[in-house]
Parts: sequence; structure tokens; C-alpha cells
Amino acid sequence: MNELLRRLFFLPEQGSTFAVKVDHLHYFLLLTTLAVAVGIGTVGIVFLVRYHRRTASDATPRVVAPTWMEGLFIGVPLSLFLLWFVLGFQQFVWVMSPPQDALDVYVTGKQWMWKFTYPGGPSAIDTLVVPAGRPVRLLITSRDVIHSFYVPDFRMKRDAVPSRYTDLWFEAPKPGRHLVLCAEYCGLDHSQMRAEVVVLSPADFESWRDAQRRNLPVAALPGANTPETMAVRGERIATAQGCLQCHTVTGAPHIGPTWLGLYGRKEPLEGGGAVLADEAYLTESMMDPLAKVVAGYAPVMPGYHGRLSAEDSGALVEFIKSLRPLRPGVTAAEEPVYVPTGR
Amino acid sequence: MSPPAAESYLSDGRTLWSWLTTHDHKRIGVMFLVLTLFFFLVGGLFALALRIELLTPGRTIMGHLAYNRMFTLHGVTMVWLFMIPAIPSAFGNFLVPLMIGARDVAFPRLNLASVYLYVLGASVTLWGMFEGGADTGWTFYTPYSTTTGTAVLPVLVGVFIIGFSTIVTGLNFIATVHTLRAPGLTWMKLPLFVWAIYGTSIIQVLATPVLGMVLLLVALERVVGAGIFDPARGGDPLLFQHLFWFYSHPAVYIMVLPSMGVISEAVCAFSRKNAFSYRMIVYSTLGIAFVGFFTWGHHMFASGQSIFGSGAFGAMSMLVAIFTAIKIFSWLGTLYRGSIAIESPLIYTLGFMFFLFFGGMIGVAYSTTSLNLHWHDTYSVVAHFHFIMVGATVMAFLGALHYWFPKMFGRCFPAKLANSAAVLIIFGFITTFVPQFLLGNMGMPRRYADYPPHFQSLHVASTAGASLLAFGFLIIAAYLAWSLKYGAVAGDNPWGSDGFEWRSASPPPTHNFHVTPEYPTGPHEYAREEVPHAA
Repeated sequence: MNELLRRLFFLPEQGSTFAVKVDHLHYFLLLTTLAVAVGIGTVGIVFLVRYHRRTASDATPRVVAPTWMEGLFIGVPLSLFLLWFVLGFQQFVWVMSPPQDALDVYVTGKQWMWKFTYPGGPSAIDTLVVPAGRPVRLLITSRDVIHSFYVPDFRMKRDAVPSRYTDLWFEAPKPGRHLVLCAEYCGLDHSQMRAEVVVLSPADFESWRDAQRRNLPVAALPGANTPETMAVRGERIATAQGCLQCHTVTGAPHIGPTWLGLYGRKEPLEGGGAVLADEAYLTESMMDPLAKVVAGYAPVMPGYHGRLSAEDSGALVEFIKSLRPLRPGVTAAEEPVYVPTGR
Repeated sequence: MSPPAAESYLSDGRTLWSWLTTHDHKRIGVMFLVLTLFFFLVGGLFALALRIELLTPGRTIMGHLAYNRMFTLHGVTMVWLFMIPAIPSAFGNFLVPLMIGARDVAFPRLNLASVYLYVLGASVTLWGMFEGGADTGWTFYTPYSTTTGTAVLPVLVGVFIIGFSTIVTGLNFIATVHTLRAPGLTWMKLPLFVWAIYGTSIIQVLATPVLGMVLLLVALERVVGAGIFDPARGGDPLLFQHLFWFYSHPAVYIMVLPSMGVISEAVCAFSRKNAFSYRMIVYSTLGIAFVGFFTWGHHMFASGQSIFGSGAFGAMSMLVAIFTAIKIFSWLGTLYRGSIAIESPLIYTLGFMFFLFFGGMIGVAYSTTSLNLHWHDTYSVVAHFHFIMVGATVMAFLGALHYWFPKMFGRCFPAKLANSAAVLIIFGFITTFVPQFLLGNMGMPRRYADYPPHFQSLHVASTAGASLLAFGFLIIAAYLAWSLKYGAVAGDNPWGSDGFEWRSASPPPTHNFHVTPEYPTGPHEYAREEVPHAA
């Protein structure tokens, strides 16, 4: 039934767990719409045949809708729409809240290509390789104008906005290849801005990644055993840009809040309220530091708009994420642990 | 053939100068009709070029840059030069004073000024087109629109000027409906078309200034580098989207509310019935005008807007759909036990109801938020708004043109030919836009000059439909032009309609009424009085 309806409505392959969920809502909604459309059409045709003008002086009665019928016309569609909204919004909240064990990949849109960077290396242009059966979270930004990362098989898209991070997660149940398109008009070659998601089995993915890391050009240079990870690069940038003159990595407050354990913490704000220090907040605080100042600190930080590239700010975020207070008995994970914001 | 009634507004001065300096709302309406029809032709030719380019993947007749400019100009022309002024400025100007028993609108000279503002704005936009044309899409999204090297500035300035024409027209209608209603014509007796134009005018006056402001900000950004939308200078590109859609979502209702007014009139006139629920139509008109201002965020579900924000905007969008559903039920109810005449305006009305219903329901599907993530910025959205803009508004525009053609020019058109053309238009419309829904389901993004080959068969179907549409429009243009001179003289009320506008002669004299009519009941009360109708 699912397969029949999917083909009937010209929907592409269901490449993610979300695609299956959302398609069922799609069928429900579209079939109801078609049924009501047929109903309205039939009533219209019946009226047309039954009441078509016979003589130029046909008498017609004065008919006014009784109040109960008006109530029915409002009530029935309203309850139907609300039902759809509740179903749809549940899915929306689910798909907007990445799960805890997601693999992070940074995505940068640029006229007219997509760049994918894994926090521990490597990076690739136009091909995103991910493991099957594991949630993947994409942290998306743009280097120039707005783009939109769209995978029809996943029924999912998110805009890539310059100087901001948006996120999108998916879980592809089985190995396969899926087309990536740019859905937000971005100029001359907008229609050519394509990429591909390649889903590998978990074992294939691991061996692919190991091979990639070994074969990176930087690894071939004498004296370089491992490629520079995003976090290492972030540390280098933090030093070069002078971030560490005000922010410590030891847990001690200085001119600015410490970066140790900052990621995922709820920070009280100057002027009331609190904010969760996630990728979006960390990036905002680099670009527009005075927008949300942590309580107890002076608003003295300069903005880094135009001074940090998209790669650099992503690397800084990764560096901050790597600074977790180590508790006894907790061993450091191979990759930064993502602290869930939703489920 | 003898000319129409000797003392009509058409014969009151036959020089070009008498038209260019007229304060007569009817002549101004006719001028707007001619101007908007011209730009409908221009925008339609752009659309045809786009459809031909999309026949094959890769290059068919133009390159990427030309395609990008072409779809921008198609959008700009159709939205601001045709859709927004078409029904309010052309039919609204002509009919509102006739429907409320007034001699003219409240500010006749301002009304003439709105024509010249429109012509000025349209000329500046046209000049921009000759300069090469913008390639930003009609939505002018920043930071692309502030950084691209094409002629964006003249298009921005042109649309800015046209905005003033819209505001002036809206103000004029609000003042007219409030102050110039004939004695005894109370609010709840007003024709539903007047209510629709009144609701539209409120949106025009409240929303258009925001468009002017945001276009000016983009212009400032381009000329002096203001940096308001530029992230590199502390600006926010998403701010533009919020401001733009704060205007442009209500603008959808500027385009569709008047067409609902036309349908409310036509469905009563051609089934010879009173409106099934007059008050529901009135309140839902005002409801759309109000709630339409709180739905703009549904254009931004994928942009990084907060989850709660998206939910709130989604729920508000469903409310707007309820108002539309109410109207559709009321029109359907009006047909019940009527005396339905199968004339071209009624055929367009039935097409309108079906397309509005279907297009509207897809809008409801988008508002569920989760389904939107797949459809946003795909051909599904293109099909959805063409269902509303073409399937609903253009059908209503054609319905209005046919219904009021005898009123405006005193001539009839060949009825059978008109019926066949209407069926052809509806068929062509379905063939053009249903494949686009399916393309959207397949995941074809909008604004693509080129596409992966698996999308081709549906594009071919859509282009075939577009050529049918073009052929239908050609037929309509031919017989209406012919009828202007050679059509049978219509008489005052060829449809036997009890709409208030038919209480003056057709075409009306310059001063509309020799004696101010009396209004003991609302319009279209066929059951209570004998209505004169031609054999």
C-alpha cells in the first residue's frame, strides 16, 4: 500500500526514517483532500444538472444557511485541520530535535558547491558519506548567499545562511545513494549545485573513514602523522585571533566566560533569561557578541563578522565542544559528544 | 450595428486628451484594464519562454543568466503589474461607485494620479528590463539581491513607485465605501464585491508601506552599502525575509480577495439566488484581511526559525484556510435550488471554486510544518501559488471580464465561443499545473534553468498545457476585441442580474444615475421582486 501510494503521488524513494513517517501523513492528507474534492465536485454537478435554467423566468426561493449549518461548515474543517496540524507538528518537533548519538558533519554551501567536513577529518566536496542506521546531524552554514540543503529522498531541507548555523538530522536505514539539490535560489548555476549522499554500511563507513584519514595529503607530509582535526585547527585560530586572552580553557572565569564545559551549558543572561550554549549560540556570540551577554560579564567583546571564515568559526565551535570537564571514571570519547537539545 | 447609448461615459469626449485628463472612475477603471491586460500579455510571454526552455534538460533556447532574468521578470510583472492592480484597480474602480449608488469615488483626482503612478512605476520597471533585468526572483532575497551585478535597482524603484499607486487606490476605496454609500444602503446590504474590495483596501493600506520600506532598504544597501542585511557588517539576511513576507503574504490576499468578491457576485447572478450565507462571506473576508497579517513565518520553516515560531505560524495559516473553506461552502450552497445559467462567467466560477479548494488544501498541507520540509521551494509551491493566482484569480478575472463586459462596453460577445474558450482555459490550466505538483513531489526545486533528466516527462506535459492556455487566451482576446465593435448591443441588463451595478444603464452615463436608486433590500434578492432580463 505504501509503495503503491508513493508511486501514485510520484514521491521519490524513502531514504530516511523521517521520509516514511511524513509520507504517511502525506497520503492521509491528500486522500482526504481528493475525497472532499470529489464530494464537492459531485455536489456541484448534481446542482448544475438538477437546477440548470429551464426558462428565462424561473422562480427561485430565498434560501439562507441556518446557523447550525454555518457552525458545521466552520467546525468540520477546523477540527480536521487541527488534527492534521497536531500530527504534523509532532513530526516537525521530532525531526527538528537531533538525537543524542548523532554523528556530526559540518556542511558549508558556497556558489555553487557543497563542502562536507568531519570534525576528525576528512573533508570532501559534493559527496557526503554517512553510515547507515545511525543518526547524522549536519551543521549547515554558507560562505556567501543563502542556499538550502535539500535531499528529496529524505523529505528534508534546511537553509544554509551566512554567519549562522542551522542543523538537520536524518537516519538512513540502509545503504544507498541520494541526490542533494540546492533549493534556495543562489544565482547563475543554482540548478547545477548538486551533491550526493552516499550511505554505507557501518563497517564500510569505518573502513572508508580510516582510509580517508590515512590518505589525506597532509598526512603524507614528513612529520605529520595525523591530519589537523577541526578542534586542533580551532585551538590554533583561538590563539591567533586572541580569543584566549579573555577566555580560559581551565574553568577559571576571566574577562569572558571560560570555555571549559561551556558547550551544552545553560548560561544565565545579562538582563534576565538564559540561553543554551549550542552551535547556534556560540556562532552568534562570535559574530554579534553583544546580542546575548552572559550575566556577570561586561559587554566588551568585539564582533568577528568578516574576520572569521565559515570554516574558522566552525573549527572554533568544535574546539569549544572538545573542552569538556573530565570527571573520574569518564574516558574521553574519540569524537566530541553532542549534548542533546531536544529529545 | 448602432453605437451604444448615446450619452454613455464612452461617448463623453472622444479625444485621447479627454481620457488622459478624466476624473471619471469608469474611464480610470477602463484605463487600468487596458494597462493590466498589456502587462498580463508581457508576463505571459515570459512564462511561455520559461516553459519552452524547460522542455529539455540542459539548454533549450536560453542560458542560465537569461533564464534567471526571465523568471524574475515574469514574477515581477505578474505580481505587481498585473495581479495586484488587475481586479481592484480595473473592476473595483469601475464598479464600486456603481454598486453603492455613488457618482464617483471619494477622491477622483487622486484616482487619476494612481494611474500615472502606476504608469511611472511600470516604465521604470520596463527600463530595468531593457537594462538587462534583475536576476533575483521577485522575492529579492538578500544577500543575493544586494550583491548580484544585474539591474536590480530600477526594478526595486519601479515596484516602490507602483506601491504608492496601490496605497492611493486602497485609501480611495475605504473613503468611498465609508462616505459615499447611497441613502438607505447600510453596511450589511453592501454587495459582496464591495466588501471584498474594502477588505483588500485595508490590506493594501497597511501592508504596502512595509514593502516600500524593505525595497528602499535593499536599494540603500546596494547604493551606499548600508549593511542592514549583510552578515559581514553585523546585518541579518533573515530580517529581510521577515519584512518581505510581512508584506508579501498579505499581498497574496490582495490578489485573491477581490477575486472572491467577483465569484460571490457571479454565483448569485448566474444561479439567480441570494448568497447562501451573506454574513459568513463578509466576516470571513474581514477575517482573512486580519489573520493574513500573522502567517508570514510559514515561508520560513526551513530557514532556521524557532520550532515554536514555525508551529505558531503554521496554526495561524490554518485559520486563514478556514475562512476560505467557509466561502467555498457558501458559494456551493448558493447554487442549491437556483436557476443556473451555463454562461462563460459561471464556467469560470466553477473552475475557480475547484482550483481554490485544491490549491488551498495544499496550502493547509504546508501548514502542518512537517510536510513543508519536503515541498518548500519546490515545484509543488510553484503549482500551489499558480493554483491560487492563476486557477483562482485569473479565472475570476476572466469571469469578471465576461460578466461585466456588457456593463462596461454595452456589447455582447459570442456566447458559445466564450463557453468553449472557458473550457479550453480550464483544461489547459489543469494540464499545465497538475504536473508541477507531481514534479514537486518528486523533489524538483523551483528556479532551475536546468534539471536532472528524470524530471523531463512532467515538464513536457506542463509545457504542452501552457501552449493550450496561450491558445485559449488568444481566442478570448480575438472575440472580445471583435465584440467591442461588432458585438450585439447588450441592453441595460443582459444577464438579468440583480447586482446593484446593473441599476444604471449599460454602458453607464458619466454621472452613473439620473435618479439615485433606492435600496430596500440587499443585492441579488431574486425571490422578492421581478428582475428585467433580455430575451
